[in-house]
Amino acid sequence: MTDTTTAAPATRVDRTRLFAWLQEYGVYAAVLTLLVLNVLFTPRFLDVANFRTQLVQVTPIVIVSLGMALVIGTQGIDLSVGSVMALSAAMVVLYLGYGVLPALIVALVAGAAVGAAGGSLVAYVGVQPIVATLALLVGVRGLANVLVPQLMEFRNPDLIALGSSSVAGVPIIVVIAAALTLLMAFLVRRTTFGRQVVAIGGNRTASELSGLPVKRVLMTVYMISGALAALAGVLATARLQASDPTSLGLFIELSAITAVVVGGTPLAGGRIRVLSTVMGALLMQLLSATLIKHNLPQSWTQMVQAVIILTAVYVTRERGPR
Amino acid sequence: MGASEEPVLEARQVTKRFPGVVALDGVSFAVLPGEVHALVGENGAGKSTLIKVFTGVYRPDGGELRYQGERVAFGTPLEAQRSGISTIYQEVNLVPMMSVARNLLLGREPRNRLGVIDATRMYAEAEALLAGYGVRTDVRRPLRTLGMGAQQMVALARAISVDARVVIMDEPTSSLEPREVETLFGVIRRLRDDGIAVVYVSHRLDELYQVCDRVTVLRDGRLAHTGPMAGLDRLRLISLMLGRALDEVRTSGATRFSRDHDAEATGAPVMEARSLTSRHVLRDVSVSVRPGEVVGLGGLLGAGRSETAKAILGALPLDSGVVLVAGLPLRRGSTTTAIRAGVSLLPEDRKAEGIIPNLSVRENIVLASLSRLARGGVVSDARVDEVVDAFIRKLRIKASSPHQKVSELSGGNQQKVLLARWLAVRPKVLLLDEPTRGIDVGAKAEVQALIDELADEGLGVLLISSDLEELAEGSDRIIVLREGAVVAELSGADVTEQGIMTSIAHHSPTSGPLAVEPVTRADHSSKAESHD
Amino acid sequence: MMTDSEVLPAHDAPAARTAAAARREHVGRLLQHHGALIVLAVLVVVGSVAFDFFATPENAASVVVSSSFLAIIALGMTFVIISGGIDLSVGSLFVLGGVLAAYGSQAGVVVALLLPLAVCGTFGLVQGLIIARTGMAPFIVTLAGLLGVRGLMLALSNEGATTYLVKNPAFAALGQGELFGLTYPVYIAAALALLCMLLLQRTGFGQNVFAIGGNEHAATLMGVPVVRTKVLVYLMSGLLAGLAGALNAARLSSGVTILGIGLELDVIAAVVIGGTLLTGGAGSVTGTVSGVLLLGVIQSLINQIGDLTSSFQQVVSGGFLALVVIAQRLLSKAQRLN
Repeated sequence: MTDTTTAAPATRVDRTRLFAWLQEYGVYAAVLTLLVLNVLFTPRFLDVANFRTQLVQVTPIVIVSLGMALVIGTQGIDLSVGSVMALSAAMVVLYLGYGVLPALIVALVAGAAVGAAGGSLVAYVGVQPIVATLALLVGVRGLANVLVPQLMEFRNPDLIALGSSSVAGVPIIVVIAAALTLLMAFLVRRTTFGRQVVAIGGNRTASELSGLPVKRVLMTVYMISGALAALAGVLATARLQASDPTSLGLFIELSAITAVVVGGTPLAGGRIRVLSTVMGALLMQLLSATLIKHNLPQSWTQMVQAVIILTAVYVTRERGPR
Repeated sequence: MGASEEPVLEARQVTKRFPGVVALDGVSFAVLPGEVHALVGENGAGKSTLIKVFTGVYRPDGGELRYQGERVAFGTPLEAQRSGISTIYQEVNLVPMMSVARNLLLGREPRNRLGVIDATRMYAEAEALLAGYGVRTDVRRPLRTLGMGAQQMVALARAISVDARVVIMDEPTSSLEPREVETLFGVIRRLRDDGIAVVYVSHRLDELYQVCDRVTVLRDGRLAHTGPMAGLDRLRLISLMLGRALDEVRTSGATRFSRDHDAEATGAPVMEARSLTSRHVLRDVSVSVRPGEVVGLGGLLGAGRSETAKAILGALPLDSGVVLVAGLPLRRGSTTTAIRAGVSLLPEDRKAEGIIPNLSVRENIVLASLSRLARGGVVSDARVDEVVDAFIRKLRIKASSPHQKVSELSGGNQQKVLLARWLAVRPKVLLLDEPTRGIDVGAKAEVQALIDELADEGLGVLLISSDLEELAEGSDRIIVLREGAVVAELSGADVTEQGIMTSIAHHSPTSGPLAVEPVTRADHSSKAESHD
Repeated sequence: MMTDSEVLPAHDAPAARTAAAARREHVGRLLQHHGALIVLAVLVVVGSVAFDFFATPENAASVVVSSSFLAIIALGMTFVIISGGIDLSVGSLFVLGGVLAAYGSQAGVVVALLLPLAVCGTFGLVQGLIIARTGMAPFIVTLAGLLGVRGLMLALSNEGATTYLVKNPAFAALGQGELFGLTYPVYIAAALALLCMLLLQRTGFGQNVFAIGGNEHAATLMGVPVVRTKVLVYLMSGLLAGLAGALNAARLSSGVTILGIGLELDVIAAVVIGGTLLTGGAGSVTGTVSGVLLLGVIQSLINQIGDLTSSFQQVVSGGFLALVVIAQRLLSKAQRLN
């Protein structure tokens, strides 16, 4: 039978078009507006040091949100990223004795393993992503705390250098985040895997009928998210010069989801906007910096954040009932 | 029968348009109290739309709706239901995890003096109510633990117990066992005797003759026939549904099929499906296709045609049966291996199972062949462009650019994109499920010509179509299905519209092909997964 | 295997399955409904045998008292989750409720109770309206709620620097007063649990919550007021979180601003461990209470095993949560086949 729904009334068309524009370019327009406002009204905003601080602060969120964007593209969500950061912070100091590289590898493998656990729950057992990763959020943070119960400082010069040195004035961790962004954009746009991820998020039945390895792709997506979160954990630890599994990465899943959503990636999946996600993270960082610079407290930032999330989701939400 | 002359529910010249389609075109339909009125028609005939107009899901664009002698307009399904029009859907619309009793009495639970639900009375009432429908079960257990038939009975009991004047049943028997069907018919006859009007939608002809008093046939959104069931010849009913007159089967119609289809294809089959069986869906269906041969699958809606195609691709869980491609058996239940072996399926439901709406034409075309067009996991743009350009040209896909979103294309062009997707994997056998439905005449002719061309190039094609003309003229051989089983195989000169209709109408000697199925499934886990 | 089913009446559903299948299903349902209770009982027995400190009245009282606040929030969450939603804002609402209660206690007991209830209830109501009317995902709406409420709380408490003290003895007594060795919040939680049980099982509202979570489309067709029910559910969750915060402020004699971070996760874990399906449509108040107590007992046991830190509790909760959702998924898969 005819399944076509009735056409939307003409009055709705303008709103639909506005929402489409906002979803596409809203985040860029917002970043630009904030930059201009800051240049005009914030003293010493164009300071290089200021920029550097902001970028370094936002780096872990950017890296985590790259993985989150991938997961959300499949209609999933990964709440475990903050705990994975904590776990990797614990792993990296525990294995630092073998050198930075082995410790880094161990941390990344641990992150990927947590991702694999979540991914297999989602892909093979069929548990909702939010629940599967919630269990990991609770459990993995605990595990990290069991491994490293209190703040643990370290003196490994290589790891400290990773967190604090710069290349041509740009902090290494910012360079890494930028490289990962480009890599992720490439992965999504140009590789078989990336196209499969988007297709699965867009129409899972059609993807299955087209012979795509749906379960394997889902699994890989969560593993990548885990590995990226682990890398973010290592970098944050390197900058902190101490491993702090108790508070490292706390609530970062919220910031990452915010960045992805504000960047215009729909929660309903089927679309991944890598650069916009990074812009989303920058926007939130810029916003909180602006408010702080103008002596508006953190509480304001959070309330404004809440409004921005709701607006972004409202704009990108699928038409009609879920 | 005790039917009075005044219709209880009536549609007068009702029209309903959707963008690009007229779903109902001045249809009149009336059901009397105390009669069972069959509503039949093929896909796209307008049955569902008419039901949705009656139940308040859609508002008609023209004409009027009368209920109990008065003009009405239902805003919501709830409004229609409260006025006494109850609907029982093919899928049970109840809450599976709630108990039987709570489902049955939701919103009307008996209360005690404190105003809270009186559980004891609720269970007693529910038990009594169900017993009236031949269901004896523990009403405390969750609904989903009941068999489909019992669930359907609960839905029926609920629908009728809210003081219904009209009960609309939309294919209520599609998941019932034969003995459950008997119980249902008993209930329907009792409703009729109580003066309730029943609108009965089904594609199982045997059932219509068993239980219905009158029949209305819709075709392409128009009223094709209305009259008493008794005396209506089976063959004539089918010809009314399919819109093919018995005496004028044209020799050369409007299709674009041109090749000589009388030549028997020879050689080993490229695809052979043996004894595909899936409970309630397929029974012992065997189909084979030789290279260069177009095999048609005929039958009415719900006869198991799409299911056969899905089963061949490994997308339908099977209880038994095997599919061989080029002589080698496929692993059961894996679409990936089937596709790799050279089977491709153009699914019936373009929107839900075919296109990826967010992606471009280009990406939709190469979706199934990505791994072949990539080197080291990186998709080669040059090779993709080559393939995409070739198919856009070959199939004359009209898009502003290969980068246009596929959801913005017309139905015909979307269909061509999907065809391109499957041709790009260079299949050995192509399963086409309603390849020309819902696309315009021009695109239809192009697709038909293409099917010929592909067969000439040596591809094996399995063609499913409700368009008898297309089926008869496009196929070399036709296998006719009825209620999940093969009832005839036509070849040579028998491949005609008349031949197909006769086979569909033909009475099978057994009471029903699904009668002797075992109750438990052999394959447990797959069903739940495939519907995720 | 199926021989006996043929002679039985046509629609006697249990007859269509084998005795073994029926038994399996019975065990499955038992596990889902009372799994937390069973594990709780086992843990209590094991704890009593293994540790001298465990089976003392003092320890039991401390487990029950510390669980009562979580329990109050979990009651609201039970309704939300059964309706097919989730409420991530309860942790923030709990803290906000505490701050508001401490602040309001300057003006008397009534204000100390009504202020948090009014504000937290309003937040719940607004979230419910957004979810029910716009069809936005509950998780993202309440996520925004989590942030927004936390912001409001920080704004009220001078970025967390100001801790309002409860100087009103009557209000403090509400959190600290004891009856038979247990503080009042325990009795309040118990009374609310009974009330919620009645609400869930014996009222039309409760039936509607189950119906919406079980099959929203069918519920609409069956005449359930979907929007109203959803709004009520989130309103309830907000109110209960605010109340728990207020009682906690009374217990601690201050509106502490740093508690409650991540509390929503503990609450959700307790509800799910108690057998409520996160996909909605099934669950119980008794299960939730068992789940809350189970978490409390695990905490207590871990505290008594000297060399285990409290973080071990999280590992156990997380692992247990994972096991529960896997079990739920497998059970529902098995049951759907009938």
